[in-house]
Amino acid sequence: MSSDDVRRALARIAHEVLERNDGARDIVLAGIQTRGVHLARRLAANIERFEGLRLEVGALDPRLYRDDPEAAALHPVKPTELPASIEGRPVVLVDDVLYTGRTIRAAMEALLDFGRASRIQLAVLVDRGHRELPIRPDYVGKNIPTARGERVRVRLAEVDGEDAVVLLKPESQEAR
Amino acid sequence: MDDLRMESRSAGLQPSPVQTAPSGQSVEAGPTPILRSGRRDLLDLDDFSPEEITGLLDSAEGMSEVLSRDVRKTPALRGKTIITLFYEASTRTRVSFEQAGKILSADVINVTTEASSVKKGESLLNTVLTLQAMQVDAIVMRHPHSGAPYLVAHHVDAAVINAGDGTHAHPTQALLDMFTIRRHIGAIAGKRVAIVGDILHSRVARSNMHGLSKMGAQIVVCGPPTLLPMGFEPGRIVPEGHPFEGVNVAASADEACEGADVVMALRIQKERQDSGRLPSMREYSTVWGINSKRLALAKPGALLMHPGPMNEGVEISSDVAHGVQSVIREQVQNGVAMRMAVLYALCAVKREGGGG
Repeated sequence: MSSDDVRRALARIAHEVLERNDGARDIVLAGIQTRGVHLARRLAANIERFEGLRLEVGALDPRLYRDDPEAAALHPVKPTELPASIEGRPVVLVDDVLYTGRTIRAAMEALLDFGRASRIQLAVLVDRGHRELPIRPDYVGKNIPTARGERVRVRLAEVDGEDAVVLLKPESQEAR
Repeated sequence: MDDLRMESRSAGLQPSPVQTAPSGQSVEAGPTPILRSGRRDLLDLDDFSPEEITGLLDSAEGMSEVLSRDVRKTPALRGKTIITLFYEASTRTRVSFEQAGKILSADVINVTTEASSVKKGESLLNTVLTLQAMQVDAIVMRHPHSGAPYLVAHHVDAAVINAGDGTHAHPTQALLDMFTIRRHIGAIAGKRVAIVGDILHSRVARSNMHGLSKMGAQIVVCGPPTLLPMGFEPGRIVPEGHPFEGVNVAASADEACEGADVVMALRIQKERQDSGRLPSMREYSTVWGINSKRLALAKPGALLMHPGPMNEGVEISSDVAHGVQSVIREQVQNGVAMRMAVLYALCAVKREGGGG
């Protein structure tokens, strides 16, 4: 995906979120650390541009809830910063790549510690398949069929200096 | 992102250098883990790299947020067992580790020497081997003899975390001190940190000197000449080749505090003052105690720290101990977050059997 593709996908998702939630009032956009947080902020900016509606954006780090603690504990835990209350409010989880679904499961468990959301939806920039849990996204930027050995690398201007989605083959030939 | 190995270590709000795509071989290549591979224990900071320390401090930021929640519980260490084995009195350190472990859902068992087979004469080694046989994942230990945790680490598979050994080291205290400094005044590199008091008997001072110097701080220590370690000469820099080379030894408390970003007062450990190294507490307080006059010599807004428990009126006067520059109570709170980060990094990993 080029930076234009990323921009268009995020514009479309913003519209879909508005459509599917009757104007989206009260919604919390919870980005999953790190790139999901930037995507959530961009979605919020789009929604404000389209409807003049300011949504609350949060950051969620599901690391402490993962089912693979021996891998998860290798890296630092980041703060989770959610709006004062998510009780009874709709929450849209935002992440860059949806793969096995295990991060999202952990994120939902983490979210429950902050209150009972009225519903939880999932927005991802890329769905690369290979789900290991019964989880499906509500909003998808792009479906990219992948092999397990490949890596999907989402690059965002905020962190990586540019917007792009790159598929890395096991031998690491880059293809866009 | 689903695959942890793909995740960047950059924190949400402070982008770190771009991660370049791997140039071949392994698709598993990802960000560097916090701890070097094979690290099982936390015995002192002398063999930790600045990157490892930074990773632990970063993780403590996340842990600190957990402490601010209504539900202060996460399942991260569910099914893990942590033993706190204390051969010396302690309130804050032991409770801090216990709380840290419990918030992460580990089972924490406290063993104190008064209520254990140690009373019956069991040796340290046999005690820990017994605990090891119960398949514990971590042993948090405090012992009056310097080096005791190293002996234990050599004989058990469990992660050994030094919670203070004799006059040697207290690494989690140094980490929480650095965490507190970083939260208040940002990067540790280049900051001037004055450590005042009984350096000779202070494991807090030793671990802090190791940690702070690795992080690039300028360290100034001072204390009564009778309470300085070998190689520490008032008015000189600790010479090359010394484990604490480069530490500045001030000739007076005033000189040490001057221009400091952080002033750390050490506790006069009455239990370790055996041989008349101090004329009197009163004199100590006058010459080396931190009071408002001395603290005023430091930079405006400098932090005042103390590892606790305090002897108010001796090494620190009550007005500054509870004054606006004091972060002493925060140190205690940060201690829990810091120890959560340490326990998580050391206990969650799979261990591969075999003694240390």
